[in-house]
Amino acid sequence: MSKKAEKSPIFLFVSEEKEPLFSKQNRQLVSDPLNDNNPITVQVLGICSALAITVQLKPAVVMTLAVMAVLAFSNVIVSLIRNLIPSRIRIIVQLVVVASLVILVDQVLKAFAYDVSKQLSVFVGLIITNCIVMGRLEAFALGNGPWKSFLDGIGNAAGYGLILIVVAFFRELLGSGKLFGLEVLGHKGVTLAESTGLYALGYENNGFMLFPPMALLTVGILIWIQRSRNRKLIEKE
Amino acid sequence: MDYVNLFVKSIFIENMIFAYFLGMCSYLAVSKTVKTAVGLGAAVIFVLAITVPINFLLDNYLLRPGALSWLGAEYANIDLSFLSFIMFIAVIASMVQLVEMIVEKFAPALYGALGIFLPLIAVNCAILGGSLFMQQKDFGGVGESAIYGIGSGIGWFLAILAIAAIREKITYSNVPAPLRGLGITFIITGLMAIGFMSFMGVSL
Amino acid sequence: MNREGNLYTFIFAIVMVVIVAFSLAFAATSLKPKQSENVKKEKMQNILGTIGIEVEREAAEEKYKNYIKEELSLVSDGSVDEQSVAFDVDLNKELKLPEDKQHYPLYIAEVEGKKYYVVPLRGAGLWNAIWGYIALEDDLNTIKGVSFDHAGETPGLGAEITQAWFQDSFKGKKIFDGQDELVGITVSKGSGTKGDNEVDAISGATITGDGVTDMVKERLLHYLPYFKKEKTQLALN
Repeated sequence: MSKKAEKSPIFLFVSEEKEPLFSKQNRQLVSDPLNDNNPITVQVLGICSALAITVQLKPAVVMTLAVMAVLAFSNVIVSLIRNLIPSRIRIIVQLVVVASLVILVDQVLKAFAYDVSKQLSVFVGLIITNCIVMGRLEAFALGNGPWKSFLDGIGNAAGYGLILIVVAFFRELLGSGKLFGLEVLGHKGVTLAESTGLYALGYENNGFMLFPPMALLTVGILIWIQRSRNRKLIEKE
Repeated sequence: MDYVNLFVKSIFIENMIFAYFLGMCSYLAVSKTVKTAVGLGAAVIFVLAITVPINFLLDNYLLRPGALSWLGAEYANIDLSFLSFIMFIAVIASMVQLVEMIVEKFAPALYGALGIFLPLIAVNCAILGGSLFMQQKDFGGVGESAIYGIGSGIGWFLAILAIAAIREKITYSNVPAPLRGLGITFIITGLMAIGFMSFMGVSL
Repeated sequence: MNREGNLYTFIFAIVMVVIVAFSLAFAATSLKPKQSENVKKEKMQNILGTIGIEVEREAAEEKYKNYIKEELSLVSDGSVDEQSVAFDVDLNKELKLPEDKQHYPLYIAEVEGKKYYVVPLRGAGLWNAIWGYIALEDDLNTIKGVSFDHAGETPGLGAEITQAWFQDSFKGKKIFDGQDELVGITVSKGSGTKGDNEVDAISGATITGDGVTDMVKERLLHYLPYFKKEKTQLALN
């Protein structure tokens, strides 16, 4: 919330019909949120539901896809009806659109990806209050056309997912020695002799990575790395 | 479940911030000074204490499979649980509005303190999270759900109060430039969460 | 029409509610059968898993009919309540009733001429509920197999109870001690050989382990009257 995603002035001069589908500006809509304008590490949005499901890669990936679906389609829907919405009930209308889409995603997951939906449990519902969704609806979809809004949704969800997946990668790898549930570091037997791979050399999993605090520390370190490489993001105090 | 146990558990062990990271957006945005943190924290306790029991009643007498059986046996098979997300968020949004109006009318002083934070709360994940966890935990009665709501709110309040106090002091420290602001807040929160982990498994 | 007028706002709200209500109700009702199917098949799959029959979820129903010969709904004195359907008994609801009002489901399976008794379990882990099934051989003492599941244990720690290595360690253990006393299975820490009534704990998940210990003993206790009857019956044959 600290830094409002400002509309870049370029958009004001570009007329919609002349612009190719994947013009430079449109591509930027997708690529900017991945780094310079990342929803989590720069815009500080949507951390709420993000961290609790980063213990393993698989739920993190599914969560990213779910957020992407909700964000892209709610952006498109709100952008399509943006000239019809009475401004007094704007927030409620947006909430209803988002909540309905989240219900749809939840129902579809329960029917077709039952195991994953069990793993995500209440965190699917929490997409409704994921600040990224409301933030992008307010800041972008209300003022832009459907195609741009769609790209903006995809881009922001991807930026969100990128952080989720990086955090989940380190937590699963260091915490349980697995990636997507596969034992990439070798198999840990009961004794040293039964172990293979790194474990045969005496390597141990850092079980602490699996606890909630380590998600926060990992994100903190990610922000540190990102801002040391991209110094214009450093906060002035 | 024992009330005291549930209360302590919801404040310390299942802390909204440190265990579930709920309400992080406002936690990070509004924790720069202690004064605003207290205001937002109090508003969160207030709204959680009201919405969790209301959503409990809604869930038990309207939404879940068989909940409508009080209307007559022919309604017993209706399952409206797919509507729970939208109902919960609607209740939260309207309760926040209602609370805002009531507080403004009857306690102008309190409104002065909470006023600007109330609208922020409708989209605070901790509030919806409270209701969703309530639904998942399957409480036995309104009392339990109210205790859970109040406890979660207090837990959130403690967390934002603590981080705001630390952030006020940290302005005097020489934090590496790229870590300033957001980065260091995350790391401090992580360290605090490690502290709170020591409550894990405590049962009274 | 004035977009900010009361009438317009009102009409907009009504139209929106109607559209949302219809689309959600449609999605929910059309996906419902698939969802309940998932829940039912998962339950069957879990029950079959305890008696050593591994099936794909899709094939669970057919196999279940083949192997599960009887579904009994017991009451606290060990007699069968013919009115109640064992498969539909929801332990979550039953556990809230006083013990003499509860129903205790029991599934009797027959695999290659051998009889197995499957008892459903439910208890509390660290964060939330844990549940599962335990299958006993026809001496009503030796464990054939178990399966556990959970709502919100920490992945990599408490959630390991769903893993094969933990569940396999129950196989061949006994629920009665030498003096014919029901002791259940204790999930205990420490290395060295485990007794007949013990299994290895998951490191870092003491509370979930204790939850499993309590759950197994508490649930089996209620089946003692039935077991006693069944044993005399078996001795007579």
